[in-house]
Amino acid sequence: MTAPVSPLQAAPEADQPLLKIEGLCKSFFGVEVLHKVGFSLKAGRVLGLVGENGSGKSTTMNIIGGVHQKDAGQIQFDGVDYKPKGPRDAARQGIAFIHQELNLFRNLSIAENLFITEFPKLVPGLPFIDRAAARKRAAELLAAVDLDLSPSTLVNKLSQGERQLVEIAKALGAKAKVIIFDEPTTSLTTRETERLFDIINRLRAQGIAIIYISHILDDVMRICDDIVVLRDGHVVGSALKSDMTIERMISLMVGRSIDQLFPPRDYSAPKGEPVLEVSGVTQRGTVKDITFTVRAGEVLGISGLMGAGRSELARILFGIDPYSSGEIKVSGVPVVAPTPTVCMDHGMAFLTEDRRVEGLMMEAPIDNNIALSSLQKYAGGLGGFIDHGRLDGDVQKMSASVQISAKDIARTLVKNLSGGNQQKVVIGKWLLREPKIFILDEPTRGIDVGAKNEVYKIINSLAARGACILMISSEIEELVGMCDRIMVMAHGEIRATFDRGGFNREDILRAAMWDGNRSTAA
Amino acid sequence: MTSADATIASKARPLPAWKRLLLSEYLVLILTVVYFAVMMFVVPEIATADTLLDVLSAMMPLLVVAIGQTFVLIVAGIDLSAPSIIAMASVVGASVMTGDAGYANGSGLEVIAGILAFLAVGSVIGLFNGTCVTRFNMPPFIVTLTTMMFFSGAAIWYTTVHTDASSIGNLPRSFIEIGQGRVAGLPLSLAVVLVVAGAAHFILSRTVYGRWLYAVGLNPKAAAVSGVPVRKVIFWAFVISGVCAAISSVLYTGRLETGTPVLGQRILLDVIGAAVIGGVSLFGGKGKILWTIFGVLFLTVIDKSLQLMGLPIASVFAIKGSIILAAAIIDAQRHRLLVSR
Repeated sequence: MTAPVSPLQAAPEADQPLLKIEGLCKSFFGVEVLHKVGFSLKAGRVLGLVGENGSGKSTTMNIIGGVHQKDAGQIQFDGVDYKPKGPRDAARQGIAFIHQELNLFRNLSIAENLFITEFPKLVPGLPFIDRAAARKRAAELLAAVDLDLSPSTLVNKLSQGERQLVEIAKALGAKAKVIIFDEPTTSLTTRETERLFDIINRLRAQGIAIIYISHILDDVMRICDDIVVLRDGHVVGSALKSDMTIERMISLMVGRSIDQLFPPRDYSAPKGEPVLEVSGVTQRGTVKDITFTVRAGEVLGISGLMGAGRSELARILFGIDPYSSGEIKVSGVPVVAPTPTVCMDHGMAFLTEDRRVEGLMMEAPIDNNIALSSLQKYAGGLGGFIDHGRLDGDVQKMSASVQISAKDIARTLVKNLSGGNQQKVVIGKWLLREPKIFILDEPTRGIDVGAKNEVYKIINSLAARGACILMISSEIEELVGMCDRIMVMAHGEIRATFDRGGFNREDILRAAMWDGNRSTAA
Repeated sequence: MTSADATIASKARPLPAWKRLLLSEYLVLILTVVYFAVMMFVVPEIATADTLLDVLSAMMPLLVVAIGQTFVLIVAGIDLSAPSIIAMASVVGASVMTGDAGYANGSGLEVIAGILAFLAVGSVIGLFNGTCVTRFNMPPFIVTLTTMMFFSGAAIWYTTVHTDASSIGNLPRSFIEIGQGRVAGLPLSLAVVLVVAGAAHFILSRTVYGRWLYAVGLNPKAAAVSGVPVRKVIFWAFVISGVCAAISSVLYTGRLETGTPVLGQRILLDVIGAAVIGGVSLFGGKGKILWTIFGVLFLTVIDKSLQLMGLPIASVFAIKGSIILAAAIIDAQRHRLLVSR
């Protein structure tokens, strides 16, 4: 089903906005984060709200969702003045907010989650739950979102995508007129994303208004009718989807025109010797017969759906997880009994998928994080005393060269940095070891466009210096923009490999969706 | 507005003096001094040279255990077995040295053999704790709780095998000197503690192992991916804690002139309390030897002052408990201030 540009229904009030925001202002601690933000949303339309991190998207939505109170401005909802006292009040008035981190009780069943605030009662006013009614109503709501599961299933048994559908069902159960989605697709597989879009289209057809916040501009172009771009708390662009392009969104978001998101690199430059050679690597249940070679100066992309075995392969290559057969060679030397330490000694570096969990010491300052992997290089003599003078100097230089913006790297804790700066800290940590192989798992996840561009530049300069780079990404655009070759994985196997020049978004997606039993809308 | 901007903005505003005081590393030391000053009016004897020396010798063995505990706390572990290591080492060491048919008695090397026995007991129990935690992935709390129970009992059993009395006495004079002796008016044990504290400080602040300890405490997964041998780091922290408890046992045993199976029974909460009051985090990743020293000093001064006031033991416990609670509240406020900054 393709997105209709105009709503299907012809209700008399169709031209009246359902939600109208004018001159919305908000400051925190004297710093203005929203400046006269205004836009309107009609019933049966999807409004895409885009902007870099810190542009004011979340604050705007938090005001609409009743989490924060506005300082100035007007919000009209359904023709009347709207001033929610809190999130519950907002929900009661018909605004549902589906957060990026879902708010479900994982130890409870679907039905219990759906009715957690208002269970159907046996006798009105008495605290006895009408279980039969709850089950019936839950089944109806699940059917409305195409979730074919028993209402008594525990939420912790559900996938991320299924949990999101439960949240949507919850919103429907609360008779929401406006549903706000905050980054709904970041942790979904491609197939789950397709299903979500089907549901969103259906909600739209039912006359529900939707606000869709996302960094993934492709998705915004696909699903939204209207697009509002925020930058530094100002609305800098507001247009129909048909009048908007991805390039224009990006240039509005960053406030300067960038010809290309992906910085150019000389792709025709001859590649060097094979550095990373993987042959027949297999581990039951995760990857099967993986064979490929990456040469010095080459960027090899790995595409695939979530669960295709990409991250699992990366973890095997870096010695975190075991493999049962096959061989990994670095510059012709087999990697024996791999552990992270052994792989690092072979010159590998690994940027993990989730930098908060596996990449950084969030409570430590920047310099300690950058130094962590290289300490032994700076320690000598008996007892391993660290040469702090040399270490601090090199860490300082590294921090400057990857352009981490912080006043004092010895005092600023990593948790206080933006996502982009955090990622640069992880990159700096590895660069300090001067590795020759980089395994990058989703290197630009959750960071804003400006920071993405800087990360791309770092990757290009590494390749130009002869490093070999293995780059895993769920954004096909990113791989197409950055790689010399793209390898596509599905169900733990390599399904196809494309050379630059032969890149084709649809072919890549088709290879990734190799499955055999279910065709998916493109 | 990015959070980096926020940090810069708040740094530009100077904090009020009381907040700076609250955030100071020396807060606990300052509190100790203030407490001491107030106590001088209540029990003037506290300010005499004798009392101060008493405080100093009393805090020495406690400090050594607390230093060992700091290592384990930094990797987000806990070592509840420290008191039982003290007791076990005490009776084993004493059984080697005692003039009443000790194993090494009359060999001329009885003191050296005895001290080696202390250290051996500490390292073996530490090794055991470390192995259980790192090889069998058991929680440190359970492992050290059970070793504590086991060795508390074993120490008593060991004593009954060697003597009819409740402790093993008749220890060599030169050994007792380690716990009681004075050099130029200062306790000899101070020299031992200075060496231990100095070594611990250097390990934590200057060596690769020290940096690894903090990394493991802050985020073991990230540490592992960054090439830190996480298991080894945790393992050695428990061994260090065991050895420190053994050294402390040497000092305690020397002071009491006898190997006692109930030695150190009541110090567990003092040890952990002192470290935490000093600012070492129970959640790992945060701690300094200097902080632990301040914490131990604070507790010892309180102990001594309450003793001097001649209060019954029950009230001493109650008052000490309230003071530790007050310190914990201040610490929590201070943490909140740090976070909101």
